[in-house]
Amino acid sequence: MRNKTFEVVQSTCIPIAIDNCNTDLIIPARYLATTTRDPRFFGDAFMHDLRFDAEGKPMEDFVMNQAAFSEIPHEGVHEIIVAGQNWGSGSSREHAAWAIAGYGVRVVISSSFADIHRNNLLNCFVLPVLVSKAFQQELFASIAANPQTQVRVDLSSQTVTNLATGHSEHFPINGYKKYCLMNGLDDIDFLLRNKDIIVEYEQH
Amino acid sequence: MGGRTLFDKIWDAHVVQHIPDGPTQLYIDRLYLHEVTSPQAFDTLRDKGVRVLRPQQVFAIPDHNIPSAMPKGREALEKGENNSADGKVTCEATNETTKKGKGKCTTLEIEDATGRKQVETLKRNCEEFGITFFDMGTKDNGIIHVVGPEKGLSLPGMTIVCGDSHTSTHGAVGALAMGIGTSEVAQVLASQCILQQKPKTMRINIEGTLPKGSTAKDVALYLMAQMTTSGATGYAVEYAGSTIREMSMEGRLTLSNLSIEMGSRAGLIAPDETTFTYLRGREYAPKGEAWGKAVEQWKQLYSDPDAVFDKEVTFRAEDIAPRITYGTNPGAGIAIDEVIPSSGPFSAEELAYMQFRPGQKLEGTPIDYIFLGACTNGRIEDFRAFASVVKGHRKAVNVVAWLVPGSWAVRQQIIDEGIDQILEAAGFELRLPSCSACLAMNADRVPAGKLCLSTSNRNFVGRQGPGARTILASPLTVAASAISGVITDPRKVKIEK
Repeated sequence: MRNKTFEVVQSTCIPIAIDNCNTDLIIPARYLATTTRDPRFFGDAFMHDLRFDAEGKPMEDFVMNQAAFSEIPHEGVHEIIVAGQNWGSGSSREHAAWAIAGYGVRVVISSSFADIHRNNLLNCFVLPVLVSKAFQQELFASIAANPQTQVRVDLSSQTVTNLATGHSEHFPINGYKKYCLMNGLDDIDFLLRNKDIIVEYEQH
Repeated sequence: MGGRTLFDKIWDAHVVQHIPDGPTQLYIDRLYLHEVTSPQAFDTLRDKGVRVLRPQQVFAIPDHNIPSAMPKGREALEKGENNSADGKVTCEATNETTKKGKGKCTTLEIEDATGRKQVETLKRNCEEFGITFFDMGTKDNGIIHVVGPEKGLSLPGMTIVCGDSHTSTHGAVGALAMGIGTSEVAQVLASQCILQQKPKTMRINIEGTLPKGSTAKDVALYLMAQMTTSGATGYAVEYAGSTIREMSMEGRLTLSNLSIEMGSRAGLIAPDETTFTYLRGREYAPKGEAWGKAVEQWKQLYSDPDAVFDKEVTFRAEDIAPRITYGTNPGAGIAIDEVIPSSGPFSAEELAYMQFRPGQKLEGTPIDYIFLGACTNGRIEDFRAFASVVKGHRKAVNVVAWLVPGSWAVRQQIIDEGIDQILEAAGFELRLPSCSACLAMNADRVPAGKLCLSTSNRNFVGRQGPGARTILASPLTVAASAISGVITDPRKVKIEK
């Protein structure tokens, strides 16, 4: 996955109002039997079995296939998913985060995230934005009323704003991870720079 | 200073450093690898030009893609692997002979090319980076979460991680064991550390004696329904109480395995005599003088009486009847004689997927498939339980049965105890160790629309195959249903002595 620096994302959204959406739904297990890191491979498999029927035809009633939401994400368009609660539960497969990133999404907004998936998103430079249920529900309502509704996510001030209503919320992220995202750094580089203290730990 | 929890004691002992306004750098004692979530991690190492820091602390086992079907040359495989006098393994299909326990029987083949490539890639990566690899078809192989405790690789007080959410299993021996993503696998390979935000602590007490017909699996299914599938998100759970103290090691492994289905990455149980008895003499467990020293240390691994948990809940064992799920998340479950509620942790679409309706009683519903196995219920006790019910009965003709041991060691014990004979007499075939029908990554897939009563861990949409419908239950309930052909309360089956 390409490292991206992260500051502000302002975009229209894809509403995926499924509660307890597990990572098996985000990417079915048969797309895990691969050794590739190709973002497109995983992006194509994103929400696959809800997007496509057994013959591979798009299922019209699924939100990602509706005209208002079917455009592939690019700058300012569909870079944000607004998700149901307990997003990413179940399997630890990072392939789910690769699928989200590979599809072109940069932010997932939800009222709760599963722990492992949340870490995986951060390691793939996709920002999980935790909001209140009220904010999440209002956002779903805004998008239902107008699919062009934009949301602005500002990492440096840790603020998410529903531009349809002007309502904002502060979202949590620790200072270390925020610095990493804003500067395109990943955890492995940090750990490799700190090898001497690992050896020191092993010796005591 | 106040008392510390079991979790705190293990966590504190593994802190390498606290990053200001950030996560903790935590030292990892044991990293397990399987073929699905590791290839991209090795590629990351190559990108960065780094080696594996502590290869002797890493163990790799392919399991997800491994076929469970008996290959040609079955007799040779069995006899050679287990009973051959000259210590050789011979595979009829290839006529290949190798030294006992060291070689692999090449009659086991993965049909799917991508799955085969993943296993070959893991093997190559282990060779390149000097990591112990338990190859498919050898006596060392099995599901990673069955093999780890069984070999004494998972020990009390350890930090254990693997790119698999059911790594919580190993918490049953008194370890801090957590599932991680592939980026984190790469971090551990490179540095033997991960960066983690410290979770909150929760103690779940279960008190009393489980009613007849109820097992550790029913306890877990009950907890998921009570707590919901996100009720323990953000927490490290410790299981305690008299029910847990009386529970076998296999039962504890089942319970800890399912912690993630409540959202908790870790499910710890304080080590006690049951733990020590289970671990003593295991291949990688300390031996001789070192064993005694280790046990003395492990005895300190308990939550202090004055330790305070962020959350604490208590349940009564007597309230836990045999359970089944009806929905498409493990929290959507009921006691086997109850009806599906009118509202609960499910949507109308999800219930429609299962072809069920509110108010419906599932007991008596015809089933198409049963699956005994997985990292949840693939241990010897599960096969003993299943056999105790089906003994003297016959498999229902309408049921396809997959009985899949969690490891070659479990399979061997099944044979040594004569359980295979009971199963065979009842019309069941014992298959080869694999993750099998848990997650539709090998040939064992439930066809669309078919209903499978399964001892595995997830009833998600499509989990056992696109369109497959899954009901989770205990080995006893699955056994009772396998002989009747309909969902059956195990308390109602006449047990042959």
